[in-house]
Amino acid sequence: MPGFAVKAERDQQVKDRVSAAFGERISGMEQERDLLCIQVRKEALHDLLRNLRDELGFHFLTTCCGMHFPGEAQEFGLVYHLHNMRAGHRIRVKCRTTANDLEFQTATDLWATANWMEREAWDFFGIKFKGHPNLKRILNMEDFPAFPMRKDYPLEDPTRQDKDDRFFGR
Amino acid sequence: MSEQRGIERPRPTIVKAPEGHSGEGFFATRVDQAIGLARANSLWPLPFATSCCGIEFMSTMSSHYDLSRFGMERLSFSPRQSDLLMVMGTIAKKMAPVLRDVYMQMAEPKWVLSMGACACTGGIFDSYSVLQGIDRVIPVDVYIPGCPPRPEQVIDGILRIQELARNESLRRRYSKEYQDLLTKYAID
Repeated sequence: MPGFAVKAERDQQVKDRVSAAFGERISGMEQERDLLCIQVRKEALHDLLRNLRDELGFHFLTTCCGMHFPGEAQEFGLVYHLHNMRAGHRIRVKCRTTANDLEFQTATDLWATANWMEREAWDFFGIKFKGHPNLKRILNMEDFPAFPMRKDYPLEDPTRQDKDDRFFGR
Repeated sequence: MSEQRGIERPRPTIVKAPEGHSGEGFFATRVDQAIGLARANSLWPLPFATSCCGIEFMSTMSSHYDLSRFGMERLSFSPRQSDLLMVMGTIAKKMAPVLRDVYMQMAEPKWVLSMGACACTGGIFDSYSVLQGIDRVIPVDVYIPGCPPRPEQVIDGILRIQELARNESLRRRYSKEYQDLLTKYAID
């Protein structure tokens, strides 16, 4: 494992090169502990991912999943975890969007592994992906009527009759 | 040479004969009792194990608890050959139609044993994705509570299934009540 000084140096390199290439299209960068997080505007997301993969060596997509922050203007979002295995370097990319603009560009053309991750984001958050080869539910039943990981979806099974609200402090 | 000392071995237990009349060279009993005796002591269980209760069942099957003492040496992994469906573990709603198919593929007479809190009621997984008890999709004969139940409880449950099999009327599966039960579950 590279030490913190080495990591900070690598993070700084990524920061410099990304802000030089994207400038205003990056909406922010934050450093949470030793993990750099790049916040990008939605229209530049795919370009940034391609750039990170091709120019900066982040050739492995660790994970991609949806986010939901009810009550905020940019309610939904995606988070990508990227890994540069050669340098032992990980970063995150976050991209937020509003509830009425839920279609992202797919990343399946960059990483084949994005296929199932994007299906999961569709299944649980209702986020669509333009250009995805097979965008259908992956974990829930095909005829499931909702997007259950949205925070306004009740977690408990709605068909239970035996739960008395008095015993659950409601 | 001294006589070899005999080692005392427990005598193999033989299932007790049902009530009947016996005389020299014959034994007469009711046919349903004879069939019940055969069914109860040669159940072929189908283990439908989806999670941790399945692990507990494995220890029930293996030498320490030894389910083969009850005529269950032969697990069947084909529903068409088995007559006891043992559902062990959480059944997700996506799995429910599969479970129902497996049940429908079993030939009569068939029994269902629901093992553990999840199979019986959904257990701690009161969630949109988990079936809140398998009796919502198939009829269940015996419930074993516990999370997971101990092997002794599993054995107790199986003895109760045997009790049902031994005492079941040969006409039960043709009765209106049974047909109504299946209709209630939309199984023909």
